[in-house]
Amino acid sequence: MALLELSNISYIVKDKSIIRDVSLSVNQGDYITIVGPSGSGKSTLLKLCSDLISPTSGTITYNGRPLTAIDPESYRKEVGYCFQRPYLFAKTVRRNILFPYDIRGLEPDMSRIEYLFNLLHMPLNYMERRNDELSGGEMQRICLIRSLIFEPKVLLLDEVTSALDTTNTSIVENVIDELHKKGITIISITHNEEQSLRTANRRITIVDGQLAKEEVLR
Amino acid sequence: MSQFQTISATSLCLASVLVIISILISYRQELKLEKDIFISAIRATVQLLVIGFILSYIFSTESPIFIIGLLGFMAFNAAYNSAKRGQGIPHALWISWFAITIGAWITLSILLVTGVLSFTAYQLIPVGGMVISGAMVAIGLCYRQMLSNFELRKQEVEIKLALGSTPKQASKAIVRDVIKTGLQPTVDSAKTLGIVALPGMMTGLILAGMPPLEAVKYQIIVTFMSLSTISISCFITCQLAYKTFFNNRNQLNK
Repeated sequence: MALLELSNISYIVKDKSIIRDVSLSVNQGDYITIVGPSGSGKSTLLKLCSDLISPTSGTITYNGRPLTAIDPESYRKEVGYCFQRPYLFAKTVRRNILFPYDIRGLEPDMSRIEYLFNLLHMPLNYMERRNDELSGGEMQRICLIRSLIFEPKVLLLDEVTSALDTTNTSIVENVIDELHKKGITIISITHNEEQSLRTANRRITIVDGQLAKEEVLR
Repeated sequence: MSQFQTISATSLCLASVLVIISILISYRQELKLEKDIFISAIRATVQLLVIGFILSYIFSTESPIFIIGLLGFMAFNAAYNSAKRGQGIPHALWISWFAITIGAWITLSILLVTGVLSFTAYQLIPVGGMVISGAMVAIGLCYRQMLSNFELRKQEVEIKLALGSTPKQASKAIVRDVIKTGLQPTVDSAKTLGIVALPGMMTGLILAGMPPLEAVKYQIIVTFMSLSTISISCFITCQLAYKTFFNNRNQLNK
């Protein structure tokens, strides 16, 4: 049974079809890259997977259960989503890092936080930094840490390295590989041809809202 | 009020010389506002005399149903006006009406229980009008701020939802900011009372012959009741309105 199954999903906004009849089966441990021209509907597809929007038609199932039958918060806690544009809310890094604990009513696990900061090559004292003191690359790494505080089962990544320099890109790529090795299912949008082929086991191409090509890479 | 100071009709007529001054300035400066000034002075006089007669009638009534009905009517009108600022928020009219009614009801009840007010049209209608209109303005501000915040901070809300938060958790910062926006003018005005300006009601009481310290007591009560009604109304409005930005899957509405 597929972990995440998209069956004939379409998404229409104001009479405009953004996603058209897409079916996709994602298995546990898959690393899928999504490529395609800008505006082809890749980010919308990822948002549908994250349950931030619902398909106009078709069904999405998770572990065999339709998303509509699963509590949205429980689902989103298992399916992490990192946005294309790094965005930190409130004023400080600390507020962002502690948010996942706050919403669960849990005390922060400092050893977990320290581990993630090390993993993303970020000094722990960045916790005390103001958001506006961070570079784009640092912000994106903090966003990734925020998504990983409670290890998700599926990680959805929307061009997370598109605005990063080579050093930051390499750090983030290594972390994603590491997470994949641990068994986390990864679905990642990229515009980078080399990145799309690097470690993923499948690559899908979206053109004009439709699944144009599906390749098994390894 | 120990000594109520009345204004004689002769004094009132003589005071109309102030209008003539305005007309003369307009004439000398060729502003061409003479006719408008004259008409506005006549209209203000007639309208105020009419409302004076209406208020005399209203204040003479002792029917609780009439008093409550009139307050309800005022609350509905205030809700209608504040809901105009919330175009795009479903059920804005009913949210405003509920928030204003509860806010005014709690405040007026406390004032009645503590003996500050008595259940008479003479006291409840003007005081009710003050708290209702204050709540109306504050709710209007809340709606505008909420619409703007959900538009500008859409990504923040989506990120929080994606992290597994409920709509309440995802909107907490926005709701806090919106309530602050609604309360800020009242809080600022309370801070500067007596320093920047003497409030209109207090000035009116002093002019009518009330000793300043007595007038101050009334103004303090008005300040407290405005703070209370506006806080309650803004809180209720925000708690009900933020939910309308989400659908039953706890996603942001398109």
